[in-house]
Amino acid sequence: MASLLGRFCRKLVVPGSAHGSRMVSTTACDSEAVKSLNLYSAINQALHIALETDPRSYVFGEDVGFGGVFRCTTGLAERFGKNRVFNTPLCEQGIVGFGIGLAAMGNRAVVEIQFADYIYPAFDQIVNEAAKFRYRSGNQFNCGGINLVFNLPSKSLLLIRLLFIGLTIRAPYGAVGHGGHYHSQSPEAFFCHVPGIKVVIPRSPREAKGLLLSSIRDPNPVVFFEPKWLYRQAVEEVPEHDYMIPLSQAEVIREGNDITLVGWGAQLTVMEQACLDAEKEGISCELIDLKTLLPWDKETVEASVKKTGRLLISHEAPVTGGFGAEISATILERCFLKLEAPVSRVCGLDTPFPLILDAIKSTVNY
Amino acid sequence: MALSRLSSRSNIISRPLSAAFRRSISTDTTPITIETSLPFTAHLCDPPSRSVESSTQELLSFFRTMALMRRMEIAADSLYKAKLIRGFCHLYDGQEAVAIGMEAAITKKDAIITAYRDHCIFLGRGGSLYEVFAELMGRQDGCSRGKGGSMHFYKKDSSFYGGHGIVGAQVPLGCGIAFAQKYSKEEAVTFAMYGDGAANQGQLFEALNISALWDLPSILVCENNHYGMGTAEWRAAKSPSYYKRGDYVPGLKVDGMDAFAVKQACKFAKEHALKNGPIILEMDTYRYHGHSMSDPGSTYRTRDEISGVRQERDPIERIKKLVLSHDLATEKELKDMEKEIRKEVDDAIAKAKDCPMPEPSELFTNVYVKGFGTESFGADRKEVKAALP
Repeated sequence: MASLLGRFCRKLVVPGSAHGSRMVSTTACDSEAVKSLNLYSAINQALHIALETDPRSYVFGEDVGFGGVFRCTTGLAERFGKNRVFNTPLCEQGIVGFGIGLAAMGNRAVVEIQFADYIYPAFDQIVNEAAKFRYRSGNQFNCGGINLVFNLPSKSLLLIRLLFIGLTIRAPYGAVGHGGHYHSQSPEAFFCHVPGIKVVIPRSPREAKGLLLSSIRDPNPVVFFEPKWLYRQAVEEVPEHDYMIPLSQAEVIREGNDITLVGWGAQLTVMEQACLDAEKEGISCELIDLKTLLPWDKETVEASVKKTGRLLISHEAPVTGGFGAEISATILERCFLKLEAPVSRVCGLDTPFPLILDAIKSTVNY
Repeated sequence: MALSRLSSRSNIISRPLSAAFRRSISTDTTPITIETSLPFTAHLCDPPSRSVESSTQELLSFFRTMALMRRMEIAADSLYKAKLIRGFCHLYDGQEAVAIGMEAAITKKDAIITAYRDHCIFLGRGGSLYEVFAELMGRQDGCSRGKGGSMHFYKKDSSFYGGHGIVGAQVPLGCGIAFAQKYSKEEAVTFAMYGDGAANQGQLFEALNISALWDLPSILVCENNHYGMGTAEWRAAKSPSYYKRGDYVPGLKVDGMDAFAVKQACKFAKEHALKNGPIILEMDTYRYHGHSMSDPGSTYRTRDEISGVRQERDPIERIKKLVLSHDLATEKELKDMEKEIRKEVDDAIAKAKDCPMPEPSELFTNVYVKGFGTESFGADRKEVKAALP
């Protein structure tokens, strides 16, 4: 992984940008203005828009006031005030629990967990409270519900957006080279096992802005993992207006006939390179960005595998019990007779994320 | 204990300086009593006396070890900037008095467990400079075989339980160690160290409650350097009186820049814990560097504040003044000692640089206990495959 990082130049060509992704715009304003942004700036823009369009939205977490350790929250406290963008003490469980309560009262809470590796104290709150609130109360309470207020005059989309409230938990995830055991983990698999929440992972700046706005406005609690490797590295043309990318819709970012590749987040950059390399050997690859892991778009992947007959899944997290296993099992059930070969998973090693200095470079040399 | 000055003052003058100096370090155990700079503030207990019993040997060894720790941290800073140390590096300079004072009050059977700012505690527990630098640079001969890095130093034979990256996680662990110590009737205690940022973690209070309920010999030491990464304590805590946060658990606030105050407090705490159960020590200390090497340390505090503390409260300067005022050594001798220390550190670094990196197969070792026989797959399932040893 570390050696692979070195292969890419500072500004990555983000997969799919050449083909253009489908974007759903929910505003009447059709501004074509785009700006070249990196991932943290795109996320920052999304947060600005989210706070601007809903006066009852809040951003909080450790160190978000000055902009956050990855600069994702720059300018928010200055613009929206310390009552809406504020720092919390060092207590993940408390932060998420607090966010759930806030969301249950009809607010949009955008919680930041400083690194996904630190999300585990909050795991109980997410799994046992956030995911089950609506279910166990028979829809009386939730932390992401739609309050339909029938007697209000329906003015505009703005009003409808106000009715979608919810909890979004953002956390940077993934390897960054020198992160070691506790700044590199990919914990998405733990959360994909919990009915009641959504798990979303963007692959690039333009995707991140649209997906984050969708997540914040989604009427369910969403865990949003941001690939920290791409915060500065990935640069893309991002539209300046307010737009949302639908959740639970996978995207075919590269068409091909011989094999289907499925991935998400930073790994797609690696897979795109693999597709280019394979093309030189005459293998035509179809690359799919899953975007939302829970609930995931089975139909798109199924259609693709029925076309190509082969599937390869790749993710950074350790292979055993990783989300690739779920994709593999589902596709097997749906496409058994169309498969030419067993589903392949090219994933992380089954060890704790090691202290990467040089040892890993020579062992894992793609 | 009567105040007794070093009466062999004339001896020092008549003998060659270097000989007398060497002798005073190795053999002279003339007792000295030192007053701590500030009184202790206590919560639910009677504070210990301000007069600390020490000896000339101890005083000189304090100076030497603290200067060694300081030099080691500064050297680690340069190595990090030279990219020989990568990843994370959290430096302890400014806080040496806590490590030193604690060691002076306890034995190697007492356990210490701390967070990620652990280089100096490891050294205090008997670790060697070579092991420190080798581990920082990720080499085979590091104390964790190059697999832990800066945040994960351990030393089993001196009951040093490390080195933890996740904030606050070490405190319940520490209380568990204390439970084991009580169970085996070892008359030993555990010092579970954490910072002012970690003091707001819920697991601390869980651990405190259990320790108090079962009278465990655990001592919770809050190294309050007033900043949790970049957040000042008053922004994170409603009550920055960390020694009082145990509520029903007694506490003591200590000047963490005074090694003798720390020593007295730890001695007091050990006696207390063995009889009455847990106690909290709050060490009022300061770190000169930022939170880690990627933090300049000046965006959330003024340079004046940092230099002010350095001038008025620096732990090594304090010991130096005591050494000089008790005529235990001259300025020149202390400077020579510092030169010797510098050389020692440089030698250790040079030796560590020559040490090889761990073998690639180490990636798969120690995931489980040896012989478990689990297979681990790599990127290509057919090729990179290891039976976890």
